[in-house]
Amino acid sequence: MITRKDFEAISHWVQPDSSVLDLGCGDGSLLVNLQQTRNITGYGIENDDAGILQCVNNGVNVIQSNLESGLKEIGDGAFDYVILSQTLQAMKRTEAVVDEMLRVGREAIVTFPNFGYWRHRWQIMTGHMPVSDNLPYQWYDTPNVHMCTVADFDAFCERKKLRVLSRLVMNHDREQPVLPNLLGTLALYRFTK
Amino acid sequence: MIAIPQSAHFAEPLPLASGASLRAYDLAYETYGALNAAKSNAILICHALNASHHVAGVYENEPDNLGWWDNMVGPGKPVDTDKFFVIGVNNLGSCFGSTGPLSINPDSGTPYGADFPLVTVEDWVDSHLRLVERLGIDKLAAVMGGSLGGMQAMCWSYRYPARLANALVIAAAPNLSAQNIAFNEVARQAIMSDPAFHGGAFASHHVKPRDGLTVARMIGHITYISDDQMESKFGRGLREGKNFSFAPEFQIESYLRYQGEKFSEYYDANTYLRVTKALDYYDPALDHGGDLAKALAPATARFLVISFTTDWRFSPARSREIVKALLHNKKNVTYAEVDAPHGHDAFLLDDPRYLGVVRAFLSRVAA
Repeated sequence: MITRKDFEAISHWVQPDSSVLDLGCGDGSLLVNLQQTRNITGYGIENDDAGILQCVNNGVNVIQSNLESGLKEIGDGAFDYVILSQTLQAMKRTEAVVDEMLRVGREAIVTFPNFGYWRHRWQIMTGHMPVSDNLPYQWYDTPNVHMCTVADFDAFCERKKLRVLSRLVMNHDREQPVLPNLLGTLALYRFTK
Repeated sequence: MIAIPQSAHFAEPLPLASGASLRAYDLAYETYGALNAAKSNAILICHALNASHHVAGVYENEPDNLGWWDNMVGPGKPVDTDKFFVIGVNNLGSCFGSTGPLSINPDSGTPYGADFPLVTVEDWVDSHLRLVERLGIDKLAAVMGGSLGGMQAMCWSYRYPARLANALVIAAAPNLSAQNIAFNEVARQAIMSDPAFHGGAFASHHVKPRDGLTVARMIGHITYISDDQMESKFGRGLREGKNFSFAPEFQIESYLRYQGEKFSEYYDANTYLRVTKALDYYDPALDHGGDLAKALAPATARFLVISFTTDWRFSPARSREIVKALLHNKKNVTYAEVDAPHGHDAFLLDDPRYLGVVRAFLSRVAA
C-alpha cells in the first residue's frame, strides 16, 4: 500500500542519524529506506508472523507485539520519531495509541487514507461504503475501524493540543495542496505534544 | 550426520561463584561442520536441564541416538553446519561426560557424589570460554540456547561481550519466578526424601534414588507442556477403563510415569539437584539493584529473543523483560513471540515460524 512517494516524504521529515520506531512496520521496508537515506537506527513493531520473518530477512530489528496493548517494553522519550503508517485507522484504541507514540517518541509521524476523498464521498452518496485503492476492503472484511478525514484529524490535534509540525496530503503519488480534504487520498502528519 | 564425542581436559583450576574451585576438569563436547581459516564461523550451543553435548547427528554405533537439537542443527538446517562450525558442550556438574558428581574426585580417589560443588550459570560460561579458547576461537559468531541454555547465551553477552557477535536467547527468562523455584524445590525434595538418596552418597550404598528422580521428572514434565497440549494429547483418556486401583490408569499418568522412570535410569540425582539450583540462583540483575538493563549494558551482540505463547514455565512476559532491558540500552534486538501450542517444550520442536526466524537471523550472520 505504501508508495515510494510516502517514503520520500517521511524520509524528508526524519533528521539524519536519528532514532526511529516504526509501528506496524510490515516487512520493514520503510526502516530499510530510512537506514539507507537517513542513517537512522531503529526498530519495528509488528504483530504478524510473516512480517517478523521478512524484517529479519531484511536485517531490521523488529519486536513482535500487538500495538493495542501498548508499548510497555519502551521507555519514555526513547525515540526521536515514532511512525504509524497506514495503521491508525485499524486501531481500536486510536487515542491511546497516539498518546503512547508521544510518550515514547519526541515526534510522531502518522499516515492514513483520507476518508474525505471525493470518490469516497460519492460512493456514500450513492448508498455504498467506500472502496478504493487506499481503502481496498469491503465493509465485511475490512480491518479498518476508525476512519477519519483530514479535517477530522486536524480537529483531533486541536482538541488534544498537539502541535502539527508538518502536514502533507497526497493524491496517489502527487502532493495535493488544493482542497486536500476533498482531493487527497492519503494524509501524512508530523506532530508533537 | 555422524557425531563424534570428544573431551577436553583443563588442568588450570576453575574458581567458582560459590568460592570453591575445581582443581581440574574435563568438558565433553561435539563439533559439527568445519572451522574456517579465520575461525570466525563458530556457534556455541548451550543445553538446558537434562540435555548434553550431543546436539545433532547420531553416533556411528548408536544410529538411534539422535542429538537433542537435530531438527535445528545440521547441513541445510536453520543452524547450517555447511556454513557454521557448531560446538555442543556438556555443562560441568552434568552426568554425561563433563566433570560432575559421577567423576572421580582427585582429592579422595572416589566419585564426588554429594561433594561436587554447586556450580552456577556464570561458572558454566567461564568453563566454556576455556573450551572456545582451546579451539582457537577468539570470537564466536553466535551463542545460542533454549531455556537454561538461553540463560547461558544471555550470560555470555554481558560477561564476555567481545567474545560473541550474536546471542540467540530462546524460551528463557532473566531469572526464575517464585513459582519456578517452587517447582524446582518440590523436585529436589522428591529426590532428597527418597530413602535411597543417603544425603547424596547413594553410590557408596550401591543404590540410586530412582523413585525420587522419577517424581522430580514427572513434576518437570507437567511444567514443560501447556494445559491445552496435555488435554489434546491425553485428555481424560484411560488405558483400559477404571480398575479402582492406583495403578496408572489415565493416559497422562502412564505417560508421566514412563517419562519419569526412563529419566531415573540415565540421570544422576546429584546432577539434578545442582542444575535446578543453578537455575534458581541465576539472576543477573541482582548485582545491579534489580535493574536488568544495567546488567545487560555491557553487551554488544545482536540479539534474537524468542518465546512461545503457551510457555507458562518461562512465559513470553519473561522474555519481554529481556527485550525491554535490551531496548533500554538501544541494543540490536529482534523479538519473535511464536504462537505455538506446545508450551515450554516448543523450543525443541518443529514449528516452521520458529525455525524460519532462526534460519533467517543466522543467514545474515557473517561466517
